[in-house]
Amino acid sequence: MTLSFAILAGLTVGSAVAAMSLRNLVHCALGLVLTFAGLAGLYLQLNAEFVGFTQILVYVGAVAILIVFAILLTRGTEPANEPAAVSPWAGLPVAVLAFLAMAAAVLASPVGKRLAAPVPEVSVKTLGQKLMTDYVLPLEVLALLLTAAMLGAVIIAMKDKEDLQ
Amino acid sequence: MAEVFQAIDQFPVTLKTWLLGHAAGVMPEWALPLLSAALSITPILAVFPLLFALTTVIERKGLGRIQNRRGPNRVGIPLTNIRLAGFGQFIADGIKSLTKEDIVPRSADKVVHFLAPIALLIPVLLTYSVLPFGRNMVPLDLPQTGLLFFFALGASTELSVFMAGWSSRNKYSLLGAMRAIAQMVSYEIPLILSALTVVMIAGTLSLSGIVESQAEVRFGFLHSWHLFTPWGLVGFFLFLTAAAAEANRTPFDLPEAESEIIAGYFTEYSGFKFAIFFLAEYLGLFAMCGLGITLFLGGWLPPFKFLGFIPSWCWFLGKLVALILLFIWLRGTLPRLRTDQLMGFAWKFLLPMTLINLFVAGLWHLSVTSVPMTVRWIGGFALLAIPYWLLGRGFEAKVGKREYRFAN
Amino acid sequence: MLGTGILKGMVETAKNFAGSYHDPERLTTVEYPEQRIAPKENARQFPMLIHDTEDPMKGLRCVACQICEKECPPQCIYIVKSKDKRADYKGQMQFYPATFDIDISVCMSCQICVEVCPFESIKMDTEFELSNTDRFGGLLIHKEQLAKSNEHYRKIHPADAAASDAVLAAEVAKAQAKAKADAEAKAAKAAAEAKAKADAAVAGTVPAPATSTAPQPTSPPAAPAA
Repeated sequence: MTLSFAILAGLTVGSAVAAMSLRNLVHCALGLVLTFAGLAGLYLQLNAEFVGFTQILVYVGAVAILIVFAILLTRGTEPANEPAAVSPWAGLPVAVLAFLAMAAAVLASPVGKRLAAPVPEVSVKTLGQKLMTDYVLPLEVLALLLTAAMLGAVIIAMKDKEDLQ
Repeated sequence: MAEVFQAIDQFPVTLKTWLLGHAAGVMPEWALPLLSAALSITPILAVFPLLFALTTVIERKGLGRIQNRRGPNRVGIPLTNIRLAGFGQFIADGIKSLTKEDIVPRSADKVVHFLAPIALLIPVLLTYSVLPFGRNMVPLDLPQTGLLFFFALGASTELSVFMAGWSSRNKYSLLGAMRAIAQMVSYEIPLILSALTVVMIAGTLSLSGIVESQAEVRFGFLHSWHLFTPWGLVGFFLFLTAAAAEANRTPFDLPEAESEIIAGYFTEYSGFKFAIFFLAEYLGLFAMCGLGITLFLGGWLPPFKFLGFIPSWCWFLGKLVALILLFIWLRGTLPRLRTDQLMGFAWKFLLPMTLINLFVAGLWHLSVTSVPMTVRWIGGFALLAIPYWLLGRGFEAKVGKREYRFAN
Repeated sequence: MLGTGILKGMVETAKNFAGSYHDPERLTTVEYPEQRIAPKENARQFPMLIHDTEDPMKGLRCVACQICEKECPPQCIYIVKSKDKRADYKGQMQFYPATFDIDISVCMSCQICVEVCPFESIKMDTEFELSNTDRFGGLLIHKEQLAKSNEHYRKIHPADAAASDAVLAAEVAKAQAKAKADAEAKAAKAAAEAKAKADAAVAGTVPAPATSTAPQPTSPPAAPAA
């Protein structure tokens, strides 16, 4: 528990809370960006440079932009005053499930067993080789999913010729 | 003689080590890394903003000459008649923008409005930390992720552009921000893909590693810059086009099109904050140029071996200035694109070309031993020129001589 | 092929760039405070008041009729009529402006005041270096600054000034002709009366015939007759 970890963790959790509790949707999105950046900082602290910078590139650079664009294009940015449609307690089971899953993962890892974690020499090259050999199936499934999503977006965006006339 | 040149070449490095060595005696242990960082940062913060200041004057003078005007030639040393050909202009501009009133619109989102310029300048400045400015002169050498670091920070500037445009509560700002984001997201893909060819060939993401991969000498005098290959040549121009779009330079300056949306996302900024936007924009352009130099133009390497006596950082700065002048020249030449042309160009031309270029670079790499040089060159160029011609047909000007129906 | 147009354009701009250094003919601009372009004849900035005498205040052609004040679209003219009258260039007794102000921060240089002025008094000046540190008082021009000599007008707008002079000369000629006709009529009448008197009274004093009281102006720019 170093000072930098404390700062990063505080930033991440604080901005996550802000992202959930602020009323203005754009402020929420910006809070979420800060959370992403904090997570990237935590990755960097764990010497996972590649993951850290990819986190910034993908989440801050692309996902956050997607979110703010979606907000801008779909609804006004004025804070909505109506209460949430679903009771906040409905999120509780989800939170419990997520916590259990993460706790199981942590307990199963060497950290949970208080053992010294193995320090593999992970280079970008090995990451790439793993992606192209052991994890090629998930990669291809992801690619297929993204292609399908893109096709769907194109079909939605495409104007009907008949509608125009 | 060689030692003298060596000493000049390594002067910044030796100066830093000397200062650190002297500070080690008087400063506490924990402060030394901080001092080392400060010593690396200071030259960057001194050189590049100064280069920005000079660029503003050179750009205005150059654009003036292109339009057969004189450009700024008045401001020199105050209270004297020495005019310095107008090169005191940037000081006057700086004083003006720093002392101007800072106006924030009443309905603006004050906090986000305040944070946007800062959130833009910080990532731009951080990108400089991985650029190799000279031999042994890279402030933060990331052997695994240098290039990724650069692109990650480059991508995060988009968000600050959005913050500026949204928080101003101004339709021009918002339009500018939407245009900027759409443009930056679209052009980031060709930018990264064109840079990826170099990563494929060099086999490393470290920027100093990429420079060293171009150090090999061919024919006894020519350094093997990546520019001197079919894929490198095409890749460099693709990179340059995408970089111009990322840096909002003409002909891709739609986000701040003065004649349409006033100043785009920084319409509602004045004084110091406006100056920060201006600075960040140019520093972003310089960083992009620096990356292009590192990837394709051999970084701090001279083109010919016999020119190696000139200090490495001079080569970097010289190439940087040359690219800046090229961008000024382009700005004086090209009109602004329309939004649909902009998007079409990114997705229908640049993206396919970068993908084909990636393929050609792969072939080049695989045929390095088996196929003779001339065949690789001709094949490579043919593989690139034919799609260029085919894809380019859709973007040629379709209008012939314009007829003025009512005038005749 | 894509890109050839860009190259062509770049060659063109490069020619301009290099050409502007060795061929001064290309440069369309001048370095203003030191070099000036000769003013164009039809240039106009803000109105001025024409005067004919050495003393600008005494020779103003303006008779404070206030037509320009009423016609001015942005209402930038302010005139106060004098209490007394003085003789104009024709010798006719006229009012003169006690105050004549133009707010050039409001004036839009439309020249309507010039069009409507029946006395050839208000004309457009070409003075453009009017910048001032006082944005209110400094841009409110009084009649002392507005008064410009007819020579000045002839210099900046020769054709218009000649036309204006011709109009005034015609006015003067008309006035003179009228005065002369009046005088002749008077003289004839007086002579007739005298003759009648002389015929009627053989002896006695003869009243002196009324001499011409009409002034004898020479030319429009000259001093009005007392």
